[in-house]
Amino acid sequence: MRTLERPFPGTDTALNILAACLLLISFAMLSRRRTQRLVTLLAWQGMVLFVSTLLVAHSSGRVEMYYSAALTLLLKVIVLPLILHYLINRLGAQWDTETLVNIPAVMLAGLVLVIFAFGLAQPVSVLATTITRHTLGIALAVILLSFLMMITRRKAITQVIGFLAMENGLFFAATSTTYGMPMIIELGIALDVLVGVFILGIFFFQIREQFDSLDLHHLEALKED
Amino acid sequence: MNTANALATAATTTLPLRMALTWVLAILALGVAGLARPNSIRLVARTLFAVGALACLGLAVLALGFLLRSQTPEVLILPLGLPDLPFHVRLDTLSAFFLLVLGLVGAGISSFSAGYFRAGEGTAPGLMGLHYHVFLASMGLVMLANDAYLFMVAWETMALSSFFLVVTQHRRGEIRKAGFLYLLMAHLGALCILFCFGLLHGGHWQFTFDAMRAARLAPAAASWTFVLALAGFGAKAGLVPFHVWLPEAHPAAPSPVSAMMSGLMLSTAAYGMVRVTFDLLQGRFWQWGLAMLAVGLFSALYGAIFAGVQTDMKRLLAYSSIENMGIVFSALGLALLFASSNMPLLAALALTAALIHTLNHALFKSLLFLATGSVMHATRQRSLGKLGGLIGRMPWVAGLALLGTLAIAGLPPLNGFVSEWLLLQSFLFTASLPHAFINMLVPLGAAVLALTLALAAYVMVKFYGIVFLGQPRESSLLEAHDANWVERAGLGWLGLACLLIGIMPQLALRLAAPVTAGLVGASVSLDGAFGWIAPVAAQQAAYNGLVLFVGILAIFGVTFLLVRLLAHGRLRRAAAWDCGYRWQTPRMQDSAEGFGQPIRHIFGPFFRMRRHLPAPEDPAPRYEVVIEDRLWRLFYAPLGRAVDWLADAVGVLQSGRLSIYLLFSFATLLLLLVFVL
Repeated sequence: MRTLERPFPGTDTALNILAACLLLISFAMLSRRRTQRLVTLLAWQGMVLFVSTLLVAHSSGRVEMYYSAALTLLLKVIVLPLILHYLINRLGAQWDTETLVNIPAVMLAGLVLVIFAFGLAQPVSVLATTITRHTLGIALAVILLSFLMMITRRKAITQVIGFLAMENGLFFAATSTTYGMPMIIELGIALDVLVGVFILGIFFFQIREQFDSLDLHHLEALKED
Repeated sequence: MNTANALATAATTTLPLRMALTWVLAILALGVAGLARPNSIRLVARTLFAVGALACLGLAVLALGFLLRSQTPEVLILPLGLPDLPFHVRLDTLSAFFLLVLGLVGAGISSFSAGYFRAGEGTAPGLMGLHYHVFLASMGLVMLANDAYLFMVAWETMALSSFFLVVTQHRRGEIRKAGFLYLLMAHLGALCILFCFGLLHGGHWQFTFDAMRAARLAPAAASWTFVLALAGFGAKAGLVPFHVWLPEAHPAAPSPVSAMMSGLMLSTAAYGMVRVTFDLLQGRFWQWGLAMLAVGLFSALYGAIFAGVQTDMKRLLAYSSIENMGIVFSALGLALLFASSNMPLLAALALTAALIHTLNHALFKSLLFLATGSVMHATRQRSLGKLGGLIGRMPWVAGLALLGTLAIAGLPPLNGFVSEWLLLQSFLFTASLPHAFINMLVPLGAAVLALTLALAAYVMVKFYGIVFLGQPRESSLLEAHDANWVERAGLGWLGLACLLIGIMPQLALRLAAPVTAGLVGASVSLDGAFGWIAPVAAQQAAYNGLVLFVGILAIFGVTFLLVRLLAHGRLRRAAAWDCGYRWQTPRMQDSAEGFGQPIRHIFGPFFRMRRHLPAPEDPAPRYEVVIEDRLWRLFYAPLGRAVDWLADAVGVLQSGRLSIYLLFSFATLLLLLVFVL
């Protein structure tokens, strides 16, 4: 293991605990059916990311990681959840209806995915030199679990939440393997996510206008017969 | 193969190349300038097109100077293009020759267009001018490109801008359909060319032409590259079986555009083929030459036969373009055959024939297309069955079209004869090839070529006779008016060039000599004195256009004088084509269908015919014959059905449910992860 610039007692353990929290939150998101609770969980996920980035920044002594952490706090903990809460209130979409597959089955599938992700991450994390390399499996698992959530929900707004959670997983993967992406790329992604949420918000209003509902099965007719 | 010239160090000065780029940019700027006042005919047509003609002329003069004077390749890297992938340009003798064709013919077409476009015809003139000039400039860039990126960008720009020109009158359904067919075939061809470049770099992933020239491909890869190039450029040139778009797209476009597409765009296909096979692949296997020869000859015959049975004058010319491009490609194939058998002199002869025929075809085909434009403006007709007798009403157009007709029919002393004669000469010297099998086959090819040329002449007799001779078949034709002087200038320019190359073929040979010297390492000898050209040996065959021209003029003059002297005062005027039978009406004249009838009978197996013959006691008799291309049924219909079937099969995946779509990407992601890690 490479020597750290400023050894910080217990950083390793703290990061592992944070990673575990991230995974737990992902499972919690899979099991929740209230949309607002999902947004809260998303904000928590952002919070965990913020803390872990801060820890990594401190232990590696990289200045740009502090910026990255600040960006995470601002965007993922404050701005995006606010926008989503506003959207949910305006659209009256507090409840997700039935999931497509029942929740216990989804949780089981999630378990299988986590094992799969750890199996995949094993050879990669051996190569990585960062302090957080053992958490790559968790990051991968978060990505896959969020994807699973997107598949099993049928409200448009939960799809967006799943998408954002997936982005969180990617971000965590980046910090855990390479001390984050170059700043310019990170800024680009942050902007993309923000703009994406805005555009999707506009779409929601349009979809509701058209169908009086946000349920995705209205979009299934590909042609007007 | 001689590649010393191709790899020669770049010239220190790049002035001609910079000037060529400037001219191309100037043409582009003219198109953009038209957008200032897009609805003004005065600005766009009368002014910009006229200036465009001058720019084309400048390009032609530049290319001419390069071919005659410096001849050393010049390269330049533009500060333009994708990041880390700047565009490379190069001016060598091959591109200069084709730029000369572009400039010469473009000048004629542009000056004709200055008088041609009228208000209220389809798209706004400014937009049309933009597409037109982008089309011209992109063809110039195709010839200057020295890497696959710039080549493909220019090639696709050419296809797209010409597509917009084809669908100028997009409110008519059949024109939209023709445009779509054209776009489809253009993209299929471009895809083949793209794959061809994908193979050409030979594993180095360097896409400049210099790197491709240096890469020695394995025989199998080289052969695949050749096949892809033949398919790609063949689709653009209209070789069978990719010819179907030509007879649809050319009639749909306005006449100057048809002239550009047929005269110039098909030439870029020939350019691309020469560039890839002779320059980049360095023509290595005789089998390639044989394949190209076969495809070219078949296309030539096919085009000539189908041109014979057309009743629409622009479709007839489109099929004739297929025939001419077939001739060019067969000449290229022959050159490849010789070059790969180490016979550089004969290869140079065949290549010269191909180059000069490309130039000639560009000249006379655009002349004829422009003439049909004048006829259409004057009469609002393009069906041959409703024209006739226009020589009296449109003497200028008729006279200049006659020049083009004689040239395309391959009659001396015009330019068509020169290239066809050179090609036949190179066919006749094939007995010395090292492969006995080909020695037997090639004379057969010469016979097919001779048949094609004869048929082409027949087709042109039909074209000219039905449109300009005889009596008007409709009363409205009596009000037909001649082209205005600007249009005449354009037609006259092209006609003059046809005549000049016919009378002084040594000029064209001198222009082609540096090109063939660079590509196959030899050039046709020009040592004949007093304008005699003898490509191989003077005792075997020699030709002098000027002597022939003077001879023909003398015989004509003497006959004229004799008739005037001997038959003076016994002049009697009668209706044309009445065969001495007084009560013949214009409707009884020989028709386009009548002209085509022998061909329909002799070459019956080529066509699918549906005929409606009137019954003897029918009070309103109607004769109708619809000719269809068998290839539609044999090749394209099964292809279409296969695509439909495939689309249906894939459509099963498309349920419309978002979760299913997400599941697909999820499964793909998992699979890829497993596969990669």
